[in-house]
Amino acid sequence: MTLTIENLQEIAKTETDAVESYRYRINVCMAAGCLSCRSDVVKASLEEEIRRQGKEKACLVRGVGCLGLCAVGPLIDISPLNVTYQAVQPSDAPEIIGSLTGAPVSRLLLPADQPFFSRQKKIVLENCGIIEPERIESYIAAGGYEALYQALRQMSPRQVIDEVTASGLRGRGGAGFPTGLKWTTVYKARQAVKYVVCNADEGDPGAFMDRSVLESDPHRVIEGMAIAGYAVGASRGYIYVRAEYPLAVERLRRAIKQAKRLGVLGENIFNTPFAFDIQLRLGAGAFVCGEETALIASIEGRLGRPRPRPPFPAEFGLWGCPTLINNVETLANIAPIVRRGGGWFAGIGTEKSKGTKVFALAGKINNTGLIEVPMGTTLREIVFDIGGGIPAGRRFKAVQTGGPSGGCVPEQFLDMPVDYDSLREVGAIMGSGGMIVMDDGACMVDVAKFFMEFCMSESCGKCAPCRVGTTQLFGILERITAGDGSIEDIDTLKELCDLVGATSLCGLGQTAPNPVKSTLRYFENEYTAHVRRHHCEAGVCAMGKAREATT
Amino acid sequence: MTPTAPIAQKPRTDVNPVRIYTLRIDGRDVSGREDETILTVARQNGIFIPTLCHLDGLAERGACRLCIVEIQGSPKLFAACVTLVKQDMDVITDSARIRDYRRKILELIFSERNHVCAVCVVNGNCELQDLAVKLGMTHVRYDYLNPPQSVDASHPRFSLDHNRCVLCLRCIRVCKDIEGASTWDISGRGIHARIISDLNQPWGESETCTGCGKCVQVCPTGALSEKGKSVAEMTKRPQFLPYLQMMRKEAEI
Amino acid sequence: MTPATASPALSSPSLSPATPDKRLRIIDRTMRLHGYASHALIETLHAVQEAFGYLEPDLMRYVAGRLKVPLSRVYAVATFYHFFTLKPPGEHTCVLCKGTACYISGTAEIFRKVEEMLGIHAGETTADGKISLMTARCLGACGLAPAGVFDGTVVGNLTLDTVVNKLQAWRSHDADHRESAGDRENRNRCR
Repeated sequence: MTLTIENLQEIAKTETDAVESYRYRINVCMAAGCLSCRSDVVKASLEEEIRRQGKEKACLVRGVGCLGLCAVGPLIDISPLNVTYQAVQPSDAPEIIGSLTGAPVSRLLLPADQPFFSRQKKIVLENCGIIEPERIESYIAAGGYEALYQALRQMSPRQVIDEVTASGLRGRGGAGFPTGLKWTTVYKARQAVKYVVCNADEGDPGAFMDRSVLESDPHRVIEGMAIAGYAVGASRGYIYVRAEYPLAVERLRRAIKQAKRLGVLGENIFNTPFAFDIQLRLGAGAFVCGEETALIASIEGRLGRPRPRPPFPAEFGLWGCPTLINNVETLANIAPIVRRGGGWFAGIGTEKSKGTKVFALAGKINNTGLIEVPMGTTLREIVFDIGGGIPAGRRFKAVQTGGPSGGCVPEQFLDMPVDYDSLREVGAIMGSGGMIVMDDGACMVDVAKFFMEFCMSESCGKCAPCRVGTTQLFGILERITAGDGSIEDIDTLKELCDLVGATSLCGLGQTAPNPVKSTLRYFENEYTAHVRRHHCEAGVCAMGKAREATT
Repeated sequence: MTPTAPIAQKPRTDVNPVRIYTLRIDGRDVSGREDETILTVARQNGIFIPTLCHLDGLAERGACRLCIVEIQGSPKLFAACVTLVKQDMDVITDSARIRDYRRKILELIFSERNHVCAVCVVNGNCELQDLAVKLGMTHVRYDYLNPPQSVDASHPRFSLDHNRCVLCLRCIRVCKDIEGASTWDISGRGIHARIISDLNQPWGESETCTGCGKCVQVCPTGALSEKGKSVAEMTKRPQFLPYLQMMRKEAEI
Repeated sequence: MTPATASPALSSPSLSPATPDKRLRIIDRTMRLHGYASHALIETLHAVQEAFGYLEPDLMRYVAGRLKVPLSRVYAVATFYHFFTLKPPGEHTCVLCKGTACYISGTAEIFRKVEEMLGIHAGETTADGKISLMTARCLGACGLAPAGVFDGTVVGNLTLDTVVNKLQAWRSHDADHRESAGDRENRNRCR
């Protein structure tokens, strides 16, 4: 039996009715963040409490995806009361269930008018914290797989690509390549066999939006991939996901199985000749596998070492076939674009960066967690309004974006609207959207050393400039932070940064010097203080040896 | 089956006659087939581009980065060994910027392990040494990393000195693609990458090594050498490779 | 020279035909699922590590033979990817995240202390085989930095005390004590 739109609508109706038949719906965050604070135990105790108070008919407890504000988990959200509780403990269950009819438990209450919630605009995360990620019915009830139906039954592949092009969507993995252009290249390739690959190898330390999307709304990515497959003419897809994300892997496995059973994956989807199948491939701990050619090599079971491009994967990819590689967040934007049109999407954001961007806020910021804002939102809004500012009354110093390929944005650019181009101008990059906020307790030389250590141990070792260059750079930074650096070391740093950036084979090496470059650009005084006065202003670097020697 | 990039694919001359492009290299007008790389065309015309990981007869890697060239109109640098020629391309193989980068890359390679020529079996016959002379690299300004590396002398006829290895991976490629044994591969990654045989066993205990010695002949440095050779006594003969490849192609037809 | 791939060394206890290991069946199933194709190498090594805890040389040999992949390539893949380990893990594993957010929040300091306390470095196991110490690149739990994984459970907002308590509980090896200590920590951790 093939699936029809009526089936889909029926599933949606049954699900909505079932959920709404309960007077109170208690949504417990079951994403990795809250789970690590035992939200599963909270959920179980809430269920038990409901049984004990005999309220099974009135209350439904659902495990939902990420509610965003990971800092104060476990979070629970009760509709239709519009009440969100923070830092809920299993022992709070009786009080919470008991208060459903009366006033909310004020000591747990999270103020609903917080800018953290009100200033966001959610497209990618629209279902996160609302649907149950482990049930396809829940996704369908939220309008899921309608876009796939629309694409397959009412649009030609060309029309789908036109919508994506019109939306102005750019790759969310970091480089910001126009998605429509990438799709067109694969579409135009004449080979019979093509592939769609979802890059879920979120390796940037400090970025966790892909994990959250996969854990909270896996079907959205599957739907995006199927639409992409239809548009470019591929009938097979791979999701390459980090093995470090066991929960995301488990939910994806389950989601793929459900999608196959229902018929939104498989043969003759929605009664059309289109067939699409998705397989999961696990990464094994190599940051470089986020690079397209290395990712392909890894799916093929080989060493994840990049190869020179061209030829680009869009022409010569997986097993030599044209391959479309998109990041999780990019694919998560596809279904809404198809459903609501490219023009709608293009109406959000800035001139050259359309739509919204999910950022992972972490580091020295009050509201750590996941946010989604329109492109062009200023850093100040993100850090101080939504992020709630710097804790413990300390002073903002810089925000690091783009992970090990990015840079540090200092205070003077706080009012800069954030998009691909503005970040590049100040020497950082959008990257996958990790934002690590640093206060005056952070030493920028130490931060640069941290990233260089990362690049050094993640370098695949294929090309000489990256393999040896990053090691040399790290050695110099280590010397400087130990108080043994000389003023010539700073010149050597600059020289090596230029060399490694210009001559390395792949993106990892070419961007590896960025953290050093950007900290040198804005905080060179800290470097000189380290080498000239053997002084670390932030007090992070243990420069004891050198200081003892001088005094 | 591992796919190789299209550079290595045989052009189907029966269907599409190969196109010939005209281009400029260092201001000279030259011509090359569409499936030829900048390096090939440059060498045909007697233009020198330094290489280390490249070896005629082996698949390209584009990894040593010594063959970088500039192409007019692009701020990026291109590895000549893996970049195909294009119509009206304007290539510069020898600018001050490139010379500077090449020398520094070579310095990095020298700083990575222990390359003391005076006590090396290939002193005087070493590609790395030749490159240093040609590129005018007289000293290394970076710190010598000198990690402790071992010597594997377990093979009855050959020995492997990791101290001299530059990770060009010629041995791996010749063993896999020409000999077909795949005895060699590389363990670890980044600065910890190291050549290994089989499951990181001593070479002499390898179950797959045929003892053909091709890897020794293609090795550009003293990392792989014949036993019984003393300082400066070892010469390499990688000339068999293009011949072997040509004869194999003959056999296919 | 023994033929490498035809008859994988049968001396290994896990591969001995007299005592077929159930765990081998999981590995066989993974390979069968992928049609014994060489590109299933990484997936198969994942299965091996999950079943046996680490990649034993005889098992790498076995996989190489079945998938028709050179021995050297199996070893190369097993060492290129940091998720794989060639050494048997300890009874308990403590993974500390060294991602940016965790670094900024002070994992480096915790890590130094833990190394000191256990007398081992990252990637090593204590001499009594009880505790393995590892680092992770980023657990994606940056909102709860510093974070770690204790025997498979992600724990956020770590402090030196919580980590030391946990490790000491593992060391003292009293199962009941361990449980209760773990629960108590969870409560403290989440306020």
